[in-house]
Amino acid sequence: MVVPRRGFLTLGLLALLGTATLAHAEPASIVVASTTSTEQSGLFKHILPAFEAKTGIAVKVVALGTGQALDAARRGDADVVLVHDRPAEDAFVAQGFAKARFDVMYNDFVLVGPKSDPAGAKGTDITAALTKIAAAKAPFVSRGDRSGTHSAELRSWKEAGIDLPAVKGDWYRDVGQGMGPALNTASALNAYILADRGTWLSFKNRGDLAILVEGDKRLFNPYGVMLVNPDKHPTVKAKEGQAFIDWLVSPEGQASIAAYRIGGEQLFFPSATARTP
Amino acid sequence: MAGITLTDIVLVLNRTTILDGLSLAIPPGGITALVGPNGAGKSATLRVIDGLLAPNSGSLTVQAKRRAFVFQKPALIRASAAANVALGLAALGLPRTERRGRVAAALARVGLAHRAHDPATRFSGGEQQRLALARAWAARPDLLLLDEPTANLDPGATDLVEALVAEMAAEGTKVVLVSHNLAQVARLAADVIVLAQGRAVEHGPTRATLLSPRTPQARAYLDGELPWSSLAAAS
Amino acid sequence: MTDTIRETFARLATLDRDVVAIAWLSLRVSLSAVTIGLLLGIPLGAVLAVARFPGRGALVGLLNAFMGLPPVIVGLVLYLVLSRSGPFGSLGLLFTPTAMVAAQAVLATPLVAALTRQVIADAEDHLGEQLRSLGLSAPRRAGVLIYDTRFSLVTAALASFGRAISEIGAVLVVGGNIDGHTRTMTTAISLETQKGDLSLALALGVVLIALVVTVNAVAALLRGHAVRAYG
Repeated sequence: MVVPRRGFLTLGLLALLGTATLAHAEPASIVVASTTSTEQSGLFKHILPAFEAKTGIAVKVVALGTGQALDAARRGDADVVLVHDRPAEDAFVAQGFAKARFDVMYNDFVLVGPKSDPAGAKGTDITAALTKIAAAKAPFVSRGDRSGTHSAELRSWKEAGIDLPAVKGDWYRDVGQGMGPALNTASALNAYILADRGTWLSFKNRGDLAILVEGDKRLFNPYGVMLVNPDKHPTVKAKEGQAFIDWLVSPEGQASIAAYRIGGEQLFFPSATARTP
Repeated sequence: MAGITLTDIVLVLNRTTILDGLSLAIPPGGITALVGPNGAGKSATLRVIDGLLAPNSGSLTVQAKRRAFVFQKPALIRASAAANVALGLAALGLPRTERRGRVAAALARVGLAHRAHDPATRFSGGEQQRLALARAWAARPDLLLLDEPTANLDPGATDLVEALVAEMAAEGTKVVLVSHNLAQVARLAADVIVLAQGRAVEHGPTRATLLSPRTPQARAYLDGELPWSSLAAAS
Repeated sequence: MTDTIRETFARLATLDRDVVAIAWLSLRVSLSAVTIGLLLGIPLGAVLAVARFPGRGALVGLLNAFMGLPPVIVGLVLYLVLSRSGPFGSLGLLFTPTAMVAAQAVLATPLVAALTRQVIADAEDHLGEQLRSLGLSAPRRAGVLIYDTRFSLVTAALASFGRAISEIGAVLVVGGNIDGHTRTMTTAISLETQKGDLSLALALGVVLIALVVTVNAVAALLRGHAVRAYG
């Protein structure tokens, strides 16, 4: 016969096999919607193997901005969220998408900018620094992606008494991307940028940038973890998800977070003492 | 037993009238040639007889259990010679052993048995046309339609194809041949139909029709075929 | 710049098993997607080339336009469809390799179908009358034409493979770029770029290009061999 029916049949079977084997990858797993800062800083790669070895539960981290991560969880596409925007997290709990929020860790934001510091922003006061940058119209890169870092940046402008929409100009670059791409842009433009310390420490393409403002109490950056409410989305793997949260806030999980360092510098500080239901 | 009757056939393609009230009766048995200038409707007539083109009006009777068509360009697929011949049997629903036997016999008949497994697309022009004949013959047609089958072939290859066609006709297959090669028509055909402008203008025994056409249209066409005219004048 | 390039080749030597796993996943996902694309696209293209029915012209135009479907839009639509809150949420396919295969198959199918239609239409010009004269049914004619053009269809397969393995918009959105699970070459390259590790990103890029070149070379070899054998 001229038409190779058997050939097509084989192809079809191969395709089915291919997708079938892809579908049955792991036994127990949870999806954690988290932020680009935790993923890109390398924290998860450091802490997850211990949890997975202990429980046999695979943790699949989807790194998004805090706002997007919470949205994905609202749609039921994640079992656990680990993010850093306290007001948004509280709203998430208040709307019933999670029953409780737990403190996990914190780090801090730093103002990064050109070593030459044309706006003279260097110091320990973030509001003073932002005021000078706005006055000098020095190039500033904003995440602009509804992430926790973006929220913190907008809060800081507000606290500095600056009406951003009014003074915004060519100097203010809203890139709408993750921390890494935003840092790449800042590096290319030699611009100021608010970054989380973790991503900054693991960021390699720094160019002429350096930390100019750090240690301001207002730059405190707490991370919270929440199990998506199984009453809202029955598909949520509550048992496994809760096991992950329990481990994160346990002494073992907290020690693992504290042990993650880049170039000898600690990126995240455990904070799982206070429980906030 | 393969008589063909066309009555008042009209065929319009893309708003051009190709056949304009064509009527003809092709007798069963032997080889009948269709000749005429380009655009007279020869190829279209063959396609109407084969059912490839549906006429807009007119009636058509084809008394043939099985038809086969060989085109000017042998339409071969990228496969072995044997697979190409087998293609002619695909629609017949024959058992596998019978198919194999027929393919082998058809290839042997056209002298290509030794090349059964060679890629057909790499055959010479003459071999390709013989393969097309084998494909046609494998289906055991009682009506064989040939549309300028040797137009692209050299004289040697033409001789081989002509010999095969003559053999098949001698065995009882009715052959309708479209050809511009009037010497070939004279060698093969028992009767000739001259077409002009979508109509049959003359139909008669080959020699008489070619040498002394009765209608002005047939005369105009045959006079234009210079080689033939000069040969006729010389003889 | 030269530093980055020098470093890139140094990094190539030290690429670890993670990279092999990522490359393997990319290959599996894209090859599966292309296989589905061929199974759907070739018959679709062949039918559009051989059959005559009302609306065929519009369908062909649509197909040609869909060759340029933006991956990120495909990803987004599939995300909404596969999301737990979407119509197929119960399948639990979001953030799985299967979802990535589906997304890339959506990208590959119109490309295969459009290229197939063109190739088969050309073959139909040359063979169609003969096949109809032989009394072959329409599906059978399509089958013979597909067989006849199989070497040209390899090109359609390679084009859709190239589109699948090099796209990032769709796999990123429906796959989620999960480490060790749905991270492909393109999402890994993007991630390393975001982390500012440009030499590692470039090293991964070299691996991706090598992968594409290898697949094309293997296909070219097989095709050359088949053409020599079967004309």
